[in-house]
Amino acid sequence: MNAEVKPIRTPAEQALAAAIETARAKFSSAKPVAKLREKAAMSFLESGLPHRRIEEWKYTDLRALMREAAPLAPPPDAAAIKAAKTLDPFPGIEARRLVLVNGTFVPELSDLKALEAGLTILPLARALAEGHKLTGKIGAIVPDTYDAALALNTAFLNDGIIIALEKDAKTEKPIHIIHCNVGKSPVATFARALILLGASARAHIIESFVGPDGVGYQANSALELHAGDDSKLDFVRLQAEGDTALHLATLLAEIGARVKFSLHPVTMGAALSRFSVLLRFAGAGTEGKLAAANLLRGRQHADTTLVVDHAAPGCSSRELNKSALDGASRGIFQGKIIVRHGAQKTDARMATHALLLSDNAESDNKPELEIFADDVQCGHGATSGALDETLLFYFLARGIPREQAEALLIQSFVGEAIETIAHDGLREALMERASNWLKERG
Amino acid sequence: MALLEVKNLQVEAGGKKILNGLDLSVNVGEVHAIMGPNGSGKSTFSYVLAGKPGYKITGGSARFEGEDLLALAPDERAAKGLFLAFQYPLEIPGVTTMTFLRTAVNAVRKKRGEAEISTPDFLRFVREKAAALHIDLEMLKRAVNVGFSGGEKKRNEILQMALLEPKLGVLDETDSGLDIDALKVVAEGVNKLRSKKRAIIVITHYQRLLDHIVPDIVHVMAKGKIVRSGGPELALELEKKGYAAFEQAA
Ligand SMILES: Nc1ncnc2c1ncn2[C@@H]1O[C@H](COP(=O)(O)OP(=O)(O)OP(=O)(O)O)[C@@H](O)[C@H]1O
Ligand SMILES: [Mg+2]
Repeated sequence: MNAEVKPIRTPAEQALAAAIETARAKFSSAKPVAKLREKAAMSFLESGLPHRRIEEWKYTDLRALMREAAPLAPPPDAAAIKAAKTLDPFPGIEARRLVLVNGTFVPELSDLKALEAGLTILPLARALAEGHKLTGKIGAIVPDTYDAALALNTAFLNDGIIIALEKDAKTEKPIHIIHCNVGKSPVATFARALILLGASARAHIIESFVGPDGVGYQANSALELHAGDDSKLDFVRLQAEGDTALHLATLLAEIGARVKFSLHPVTMGAALSRFSVLLRFAGAGTEGKLAAANLLRGRQHADTTLVVDHAAPGCSSRELNKSALDGASRGIFQGKIIVRHGAQKTDARMATHALLLSDNAESDNKPELEIFADDVQCGHGATSGALDETLLFYFLARGIPREQAEALLIQSFVGEAIETIAHDGLREALMERASNWLKERG
Repeated sequence: MALLEVKNLQVEAGGKKILNGLDLSVNVGEVHAIMGPNGSGKSTFSYVLAGKPGYKITGGSARFEGEDLLALAPDERAAKGLFLAFQYPLEIPGVTTMTFLRTAVNAVRKKRGEAEISTPDFLRFVREKAAALHIDLEMLKRAVNVGFSGGEKKRNEILQMALLEPKLGVLDETDSGLDIDALKVVAEGVNKLRSKKRAIIVITHYQRLLDHIVPDIVHVMAKGKIVRSGGPELALELEKKGYAAFEQAA
């Protein structure tokens, strides 16, 4: 009965398989990375695109949703680089800009001057070609299940960025990794980033994604982060891709002892997006915080899949996911907390809240707890509902018109995830984006 | 013309008749007190005036400066000069009191065809009104009513009234939950708002508040209508006899 059925390849899968073939021949064949790529390629060729029977992709049936695979982006030409020059989603904020155009790192758009002591920034393609020792860290964080988006990113791993901060080093201004997509025809990009924080290093990182509306480009990025003992990291992420884009992203973090880190992902763009996060608490006494805001409308579909893996004792984690869902949009939050053997005194809490601004909006939430230690505190919370009419009446009774009252309530709802951003400029810029989004709502 | 003219108002909610032919006429410059037992419909009346959804008007009318009040949206009523101080002020997480106050003041100004107030002018305005109500400015930086004590919430309501400068203020049990000192502060705040150009309706259970805010007219409400009206001495009579006698009259 259970004879293996060879899956029928969809056009997108066939195109991806062909692209992998081409890439094999073209990419640098430096040993460790070629092996990594090959393994990822095999994994993809075996399983194909994920579909709803794959538990982790239950709500995002990529096989059905991804009709075509866009061709691999060529290296950006002068026109593309020129077009990317003005694409900065945080223009007023002083930061060290590292710009990737269609998945290729572009030094002439990046600020590589006067690097802080102990800070190394390497274009990934060059580092791979030179066999730089830091490239050995790529692929070191291995999730329990090999995710298809990560496999694809790895199968096409060729360029991106490495950022390394030595022990005790500190970024004076935030490092801003800008993923720009430019051009009128859809392309596929596969950027990879590796961030290494030495012991007691302190970093402020921004990662943003921008691109044109109406071009169905496909961006698949992955970021691996190693945070050494006693390091501190503030990470703000803005996904503001074009309105018809496909955005697949993976964040893998291996976090040492006594680290303090905060992650603030804000999701507003793309027609279809999936952000998969693994936070592995590998050292004792670490405090991690994630506060995510999602603003979706039209037919946008955004999936945040989060695994918080407590592998060491005495760590605390707090995750808050807030989604304002308008139109016929769909917001998905899958949050899993794992507490491994011996990770005693873990204090892990996750909450997701959706505000449904229209009858057609949908919120899906899948909480999971896997606990193998006995002295722990873990909790999940989820709510979903429309704006509170009684509260709205309070505003109206004070003369505030309904649209304005709604905007204030929505802003305060998603604002809860943004207001904890420590950087004043970023916090204000993101608040303003939320408020503009509300204005566009009309 | 009376500022507020309510005639034979009949209201249902949840399939239950709550107001049963309520009549009330309030002129500018007057302070009215409405007293009545629990469940007699006082809050319902105030909500219906303010335009809270969920009530079915089955008969009668309410006119504000001659205009059909019940036909207006709640925010329009506020802009026309109607203010309700809630019996149970709501908490609004995430919106600071300052933002709320400023948005309200500017929304009302805009509807009245006035220019927005500048930030320094607004701050001056709030500081002055807050000081009179012994409200700490730090409190105004917090989310609206979140974590406020019962007394702070009530004072915050009166602050809103002071800032919005309505023609008619309806205070629903603003005295409940206040200690003696806070009661005096609130009463003083209300007395400052008494004016020839403004009317106030004070809903209360207790004579105590009326010692501080002396009304021109006292009404007794029972079973959804005004069953007796008189001068301030009526409140004293109520305090002595209780509501039972009046409920029979209803
Ligand atoms: N939405 C509703 N649905 C059904 N019944 C309601 C509704 N609102 C009020 N009532 C009922 O109407 C009656 C009057 O309520 P209301 O709150 O107006 O009384 P009140 O005079 O303000 O009382 P209190 O002095 O206790 O504040 C009560 O019996 C109450 O239960
Ligand atoms: Mg009441």
